[in-house]
Amino acid sequence: MKLTKKEKIELYEHMYRIRSFEEQCILLSRKGLIGGSLHLYIGEEAVAAGAISVLRPDDYIASTHRGHGHCIAKGANMGRMFAELLGKEAGYNRGRGGSMHIADVGLRVLGANGIVAAGIPIATGAALAVKYQGGDQVVLSFFGDGASNNGAFHEGVNFAASWKLPVVYICENNQYAITMSIKNACALHTLSDRAAGYGIPGVCVDGNDVVAVREAAVEAIKRARNGDGPSFIECQTYRWLGHHLGDDGKYRPPEEVRYWKEERDPIATFAKKMLEENVLTQKKLDEVHKTIDEEIAAAVQFAQDSEPASVERLLEDLYYSPAQA
Amino acid sequence: MRKILYREAVQEAIREEMRRDPTVFLMGEDVGTRGGSYKATQGLQEEFGEAPRVYNTPISELGIIGLALGAGLAGLKPIAEIMYIDFSTLAMDQIVNQCAKFRFMTGGQAIVPVVIRTQGGAGRGIAAQHSQSLEAWYAHVPGLKVVMPSTPYDCKGLLKSAIRDLNPIMFIEHKLLYLTEGEIPEEEYTVPLGVADVKREGTDVTIIAWSKMVLHALEAAEELAKDGISVEVVDPRTISPLDLDTIINSVKKTNRALVVHEACRTGGFGGEVTSLIMERAFDYLDAPVKRITGLDTPIPYAFHLENAVIPHTEDIVKGVRELL
Repeated sequence: MKLTKKEKIELYEHMYRIRSFEEQCILLSRKGLIGGSLHLYIGEEAVAAGAISVLRPDDYIASTHRGHGHCIAKGANMGRMFAELLGKEAGYNRGRGGSMHIADVGLRVLGANGIVAAGIPIATGAALAVKYQGGDQVVLSFFGDGASNNGAFHEGVNFAASWKLPVVYICENNQYAITMSIKNACALHTLSDRAAGYGIPGVCVDGNDVVAVREAAVEAIKRARNGDGPSFIECQTYRWLGHHLGDDGKYRPPEEVRYWKEERDPIATFAKKMLEENVLTQKKLDEVHKTIDEEIAAAVQFAQDSEPASVERLLEDLYYSPAQA
Repeated sequence: MRKILYREAVQEAIREEMRRDPTVFLMGEDVGTRGGSYKATQGLQEEFGEAPRVYNTPISELGIIGLALGAGLAGLKPIAEIMYIDFSTLAMDQIVNQCAKFRFMTGGQAIVPVVIRTQGGAGRGIAAQHSQSLEAWYAHVPGLKVVMPSTPYDCKGLLKSAIRDLNPIMFIEHKLLYLTEGEIPEEEYTVPLGVADVKREGTDVTIIAWSKMVLHALEAAEELAKDGISVEVVDPRTISPLDLDTIINSVKKTNRALVVHEACRTGGFGGEVTSLIMERAFDYLDAPVKRITGLDTPIPYAFHLENAVIPHTEDIVKGVRELL
């Protein structure tokens, strides 16, 4: 299905918003305002933007430790995201989660997750609930190349395949599990070949081409919504930075890093294409940037102006009690 | 009062809650027509049908708990069976890192209404990987509740409460209790989580025991009564949350405490109960708190070896006499 100009611009906006959010994260971290680990998504924005653009608001996603992009693409409030990173009461997790655990249950974001591959069975369980309730929602389960080597991946995908659950497994193959190259961690040339082992469709797409990701997601989501079961999409991509902020990533060949940053940037490539195809003018593009930059600045300001997370109320979320309902 | 078996108490609790609430469902290995390895879910698939109400799952413990969590987050109330508590080690990430922490990590957004039913304990000659008592591990994880019923009455009432509770719960049955019989009312009832039960009143010594060890403690109390020794038996029923007040009130009355569990000693929950008694009732104690526990060893196969590892009624009798 051909994308309209508006849809293309929206895809671009999502990618640019994710990148700008994370660039602010780097600045805030350097100022000492963000603690813990930041696993940045810079370079991989086309996957979240492309796949999540196909979803309805009542669909679910389950994310990873590198999850800012997924949350933003699903429509999470960036002010509350920044507030979480800054340890504020207004943060999504009221300062209890941080970068690796941002969740918006109301938006059907079933959490980023600090344990690699753990979100896969959880996403599959949400898909079980959808089928149980007779709904037609779908669940997108995001994870990396490293997670596809973990037992939780096998167990989750096998369940979904056996029971034809409405879930789409989206493998963001950024080629490294911290320092471990996927070439040394798996004998397959393309990870989408794993799908055959479960009897489900698997495709491999250019994960830095937002339109290609979206097209693959459209097919897989249609299949899931129709009750035909899960699919596997491998998105080949690259993280520009180290595993987390502070990891220099120098275990990767410099030429390889240069290639992905300079020749395969999903955002710059798509901007160039849109300009060439007259989807928008440079002036309109500048306006898009300005609007999002202002949005991000306001979100940072909201977070900085918010109250620190309350120590007095720290334990109240440990157990659910009917009094809280 | 009618009498039913402990395993029938499990069946009745699940059946009643599944009839009452269409979002309650059961999943686990062989929970369907086989009724589970100890027949605790027998007849449920016949009544409620196969998927979606009663799912037989692949041998996939991590997947079972992960799916239960995901289904719980999306509005269902799963009862996930792990056939043996020994196999819960395969699902540790989903139990400990995910279910237990999800509500807290999300700042209170998430509700995790997952009941993990499993069974532990020795006594069937099935050795080190099918006989453990691992309750202390789970009691050590904030965010979980841990239930250890000793009688059919408690089992049914506690399981119904667990299914209605919107927190992740380890519901740990004992494989040698499934064929024990107990009185149970015709009418519906529940037993609240976090409330201990004084199974026998006494004045000389308090025994704190849970799961199958409650039965041995009661036998020991009967034996000691012949010598004029009056034993009070407190069954906490849930070790997390723990009804400490009932334990402390009893110890303040008897001035002596014996903690009994089948699990091995080091790092066992008995150490926690002992410390709490020291902290809260030290001035009332006429003797140091004593523990009778399993030995610090894997459970062996041969019956006479297995018997040498776990506590028996006579060990408890001896322990009480040493306290006096």
